[in-house]
Amino acid sequence: MLNHSRIVGFPFSRIEGPLKVTGQAHYAAEHHAPGLLHGFVAVSTVAAGSIAEIDTAEAERFPGVVKVYTHENRPQTAESDDKWKDTAAVPGHPFRPLENGRILYDGQPVALVIAEGFEAARDAASLIRIRYIADEPHTDILRERRQSYVPAEPRGESMVPPPPRGEPEQAFAAAPCTVSAEYVLEGEHHNPMELFGTTVLFENGGLTIHDKTQGPQNTQAYVCNVFGLDPEKVKVRNDFVGGAFGAGLRPKHQLFLAVMASLDLQRPVKVELSRREMFYLTWRPATVQRVSLAADRDGRLQSVMHHAVQATSRYEDYQENVVNWSGLAYRCDNVRLSYELAKLDVSTPGDMRAPGAATGVTALETAMDELAYEVGIDPLELRRRNFADHDQNQGKQFTSKALDACYREGAARFGWDRRSFSPRSMREGHDLVGWGMAGGVWEASIAPAEARVRLSVDGAVTVSAAASDIGTGTYTILGQIAAETFGVPLGRVKVEIGDSTLPKTGVEGGSRTAASSGSAVQVASKAAVKTLLAHAKGMPNSPLARASEEDVSISEGRLVLERNHQIGLSIGDIMDAAGVSFIEEHGKIEPDEAQMKKFISYTHSAVFVEVKVDEDLCIPRVTRVVSAIAGGRILNPKTARSQILGGVVMGIGMALHEEGMIDHRTGRIMNHNLAEYHMPAHADIEDIEVVFVEEEDDKVSPIGAKGLGEIGIVGVAAAVSNAIFHATGKRIRHLPITVDRILGA
Amino acid sequence: MRPFDYTRAETVREAVAALVANPEAQLLAGGTNLVDLMKYEVAHPAAIIDINHLPLRQIEELADGSLRIGALVSNAAVAYDSRVKERYPLLASAILAGASPQLRNAATTGGNLLQRTRCYYFYDPSSPCNKREPGSGCSAIGGVNRIHAILGASDKCIAVHPSDMCVALAALAATVEVEGPEGRRYIPFAEFHRLPGDHPERDNTLAPGEMVLAVRLEGNHFVPHHSYLKLRDRLSFAFALVSVAAAMDIADGEIVDLRVALGGVAHMPWRDSLAEAEFAGAPPTEETFRKVAVRLLAGAKGQGGNDFKIPLAHRAIVRALSQAAAGTPQDQTVKAFQ
Ligand SMILES: Cc1cc2nc3c(=O)[nH]c(=O)nc-3n(C[C@H](O)[C@H](O)[C@H](O)COP(=O)(O)OP(=O)(O)OC[C@H]3O[C@@H](n4cnc5c(N)ncnc54)[C@H](O)[C@@H]3O)c2cc1C
Ligand code: SF4
Repeated sequence: MLNHSRIVGFPFSRIEGPLKVTGQAHYAAEHHAPGLLHGFVAVSTVAAGSIAEIDTAEAERFPGVVKVYTHENRPQTAESDDKWKDTAAVPGHPFRPLENGRILYDGQPVALVIAEGFEAARDAASLIRIRYIADEPHTDILRERRQSYVPAEPRGESMVPPPPRGEPEQAFAAAPCTVSAEYVLEGEHHNPMELFGTTVLFENGGLTIHDKTQGPQNTQAYVCNVFGLDPEKVKVRNDFVGGAFGAGLRPKHQLFLAVMASLDLQRPVKVELSRREMFYLTWRPATVQRVSLAADRDGRLQSVMHHAVQATSRYEDYQENVVNWSGLAYRCDNVRLSYELAKLDVSTPGDMRAPGAATGVTALETAMDELAYEVGIDPLELRRRNFADHDQNQGKQFTSKALDACYREGAARFGWDRRSFSPRSMREGHDLVGWGMAGGVWEASIAPAEARVRLSVDGAVTVSAAASDIGTGTYTILGQIAAETFGVPLGRVKVEIGDSTLPKTGVEGGSRTAASSGSAVQVASKAAVKTLLAHAKGMPNSPLARASEEDVSISEGRLVLERNHQIGLSIGDIMDAAGVSFIEEHGKIEPDEAQMKKFISYTHSAVFVEVKVDEDLCIPRVTRVVSAIAGGRILNPKTARSQILGGVVMGIGMALHEEGMIDHRTGRIMNHNLAEYHMPAHADIEDIEVVFVEEEDDKVSPIGAKGLGEIGIVGVAAAVSNAIFHATGKRIRHLPITVDRILGA
Repeated sequence: MRPFDYTRAETVREAVAALVANPEAQLLAGGTNLVDLMKYEVAHPAAIIDINHLPLRQIEELADGSLRIGALVSNAAVAYDSRVKERYPLLASAILAGASPQLRNAATTGGNLLQRTRCYYFYDPSSPCNKREPGSGCSAIGGVNRIHAILGASDKCIAVHPSDMCVALAALAATVEVEGPEGRRYIPFAEFHRLPGDHPERDNTLAPGEMVLAVRLEGNHFVPHHSYLKLRDRLSFAFALVSVAAAMDIADGEIVDLRVALGGVAHMPWRDSLAEAEFAGAPPTEETFRKVAVRLLAGAKGQGGNDFKIPLAHRAIVRALSQAAAGTPQDQTVKAFQ
């Protein structure tokens, strides 16, 4: 049942693009209803302590204000933590908005003002008077690391470091070439274009909730659990999501607050958070890492030790896989990996594009560069010599690993062979020029997913799944897969996603949606073709009477024999004969447990970066990037490339710009706006070239795709930092690498 | 944001009268700073006087050959005016180093002069801040002060004036034309902004009820030798960590007239004309420029987070003067430093 239509693997533009650029795509906070009320959240201005007194009288008197909620009058909701745990929750006690007067972090919501209009709600919120009893805040990871601990309850198996192997300390002591250094990464804050928002509407005797989320079914279950609502009566939609990158995996407090107020007041309510509040939500936690590497004189790794201490909140043990990459990225028989947390008075960190890998691989890949200089060999050559042909952490085979092709093609595109080895050896006018590289790795897996596909008598196709398109191209890719199977142009496929009532799908995270939902769509589509064939065979004198599934495909509205398209029947005739007007099938996929015992999948990358640093002024500029990616089958080179470009840009931000600046005297984030929290501007981004290398993989997912949402950022910060070393001879182990850090090094 | 009265002034006289009538009123020009501050609850004017209809949108040549830039001329319009580009390329360059195209289209000349500091604590109404709330204390001292002053700060305030345009205006010794209840007066640029001293709540020397009508620029000899060099945390759309407006008149291999104004380092564009005068007659060499830097930064003092600004300013001064001397001013559309 092969199809030769040129759809999957081709660079289609996003099918929902026209809606987005003409303002017809409505985001979570862009839904309206008669009588809609607006909420505005007042936030805490201390990081630790409690509310001694909260006076809302003046706010309540403000014209247009309907009600002000605080911990003193919040309606009762679920009691047990279980009810508050969403599917992406981490160990600990989930945050409950307005639960009590305790302050756990700067920017914590302390009141919700509901008013007839947004301005009234906002203005009234400024009239709430709060007296705090402030405790001494602890927000500095460099101090609190002293109280680090191994989390009692792991967030997931993959986040637990494997047991040590070999004799890492002895091997380190005996090796001729060693490096051991500490790396500090400052906290980064999610700032997708769309702010968090929720609109709660009363529709069809129940609630319709438009929420900014990466998983409508996760939101739906959370709301039903917390408020004790009948799941039949709650529908959650996220038709369009203006960027999320992991920020939308867990429900945010505006969801709770909007639903709470609408239930209490029995009116539609909208709550949208401010840009400032983005800094108090999901963030990439500050981390301190020590990496120690040892090699023989040829650069073969003798010992790898990687220890990380990462920030978490007082109330939850957020965890990521920071160190495990160091045990599988390269071949080494003596490895010790350890991961600990330090509690700070901050909001619970969360997943941010390649959580863990972006952090841990940055340290590992900087250390690898340091080792290359210790051994005295080219940094790319060092990596080649330590190529891992299986996952030593788990003792499993890779389903595919075309990293060598990334090295080869990336280096060729970049011109790596023209690099001179010594730092400070390349110049151009006032600029010191540096070339650096790093490898990247991210897990590739599929999650259980379902999809429904309907083929109508007129050949139109509808695909449905509760998947989310967070800007990655899910709409388009699911459409492409169905279009290809049914042999129809992409324009004939309607894709319905972003709705909790559609077939079950996990939260969109970990770069799994394309491979998982895509495979489910393919399974459903194939089932529909099979049903169509069964109907066709049942027709009198059917020309397809002896055809099997493998022999047929759909082409131009007809079910035909692969080898001879002349032989076949029109879809219309088949359905007419069967007395149906459509065929609808369900598809379901699950990870293959048996296969997973032996095999494991990762995406890989090699990133090459050129920087120029003015020798006196010490301002770094990234002038060229080549990112070579081994990511399995590329379903749509255009959306795939966009994912990698975005990852590289975010990686440059991580390397050079992004940093939440906390006043540790008060525990408060001071640069909570986009004028002072810098991410790359256009001027910071020059040439970025993306190369997808050939990588066949028949095991990672039924459609051979691996997912590309995260791999683009992994390794970028290390490559930038390595390039800065090559340019300046200065090794800066503290991100972001701002001018003062270069000047002071 | 608090509710406020809104009036639209049709004449300068009306605007001044409204300011006098209501000490808590504020003028609204492009709004790119004031409206932000209102949303952040930093500014809560009881009344807004919209001056966008006043006839202050022209750039005129005056009889004495100087140029008069109306207070409402947008930053973009100044930067791209052919007379400005020809005679005051330093000013055009400084403006183009600031903000973003959208902001420069909306921001006005008067508003740029009057824009307020970007100190994090000033922007955060729950933090003590002497500038926002006199007597409450200065949170930036001992706090997050990466972007703060190294020159002319006081123990009451270490904020910096964030403008790029004003740094060039300082170097060019512009004059600010103001109108108030007492009539018109002309303030030399060096006397327009002030150091924080004991009154950081006052950014400038405008008297109550006064407003800016225009900025005047006299003829100058700096066209061949000028440069605006801005160093910041990303390559565009960020305020200066340190910026330098350098200009000089060179004759017979000697500096005849030297101008160096610094941005991002003090409560006002920093100029030291006594120091400048000491270098009259010196050769325009890197050695001289290093001495200029040492002299200008002699009193510099770091606050911890911004200590790096002292060596950075030194290097920026030397480079900007070198660019100016060589006649190769920093091109704001090029990312490499010349
Ligand atoms: C994100 C961002 C980045 C920026 N980056 C830069 C940068 O890199 N470099 C830079 O130089 N600037 C930068 N700016 C600041 C920008 O230049 C100023 O906001 C702008 O110049 C203010 O002009 P306006 O007309 O909008 O002033 P408004 O906001 O209208 O007014 C500002 C103040 O000036 C007063 N005022 C206005 N006109 C007059 C007058 N005629 N007489 C007396 N008082 C008056 C107002 O009452 C108010 O107090 C940035 C701004 C933003 C928001
Ligand atoms: S430096 Fe000035 S503006 Fe900043 S907190 Fe101190 S007093 Fe306020």
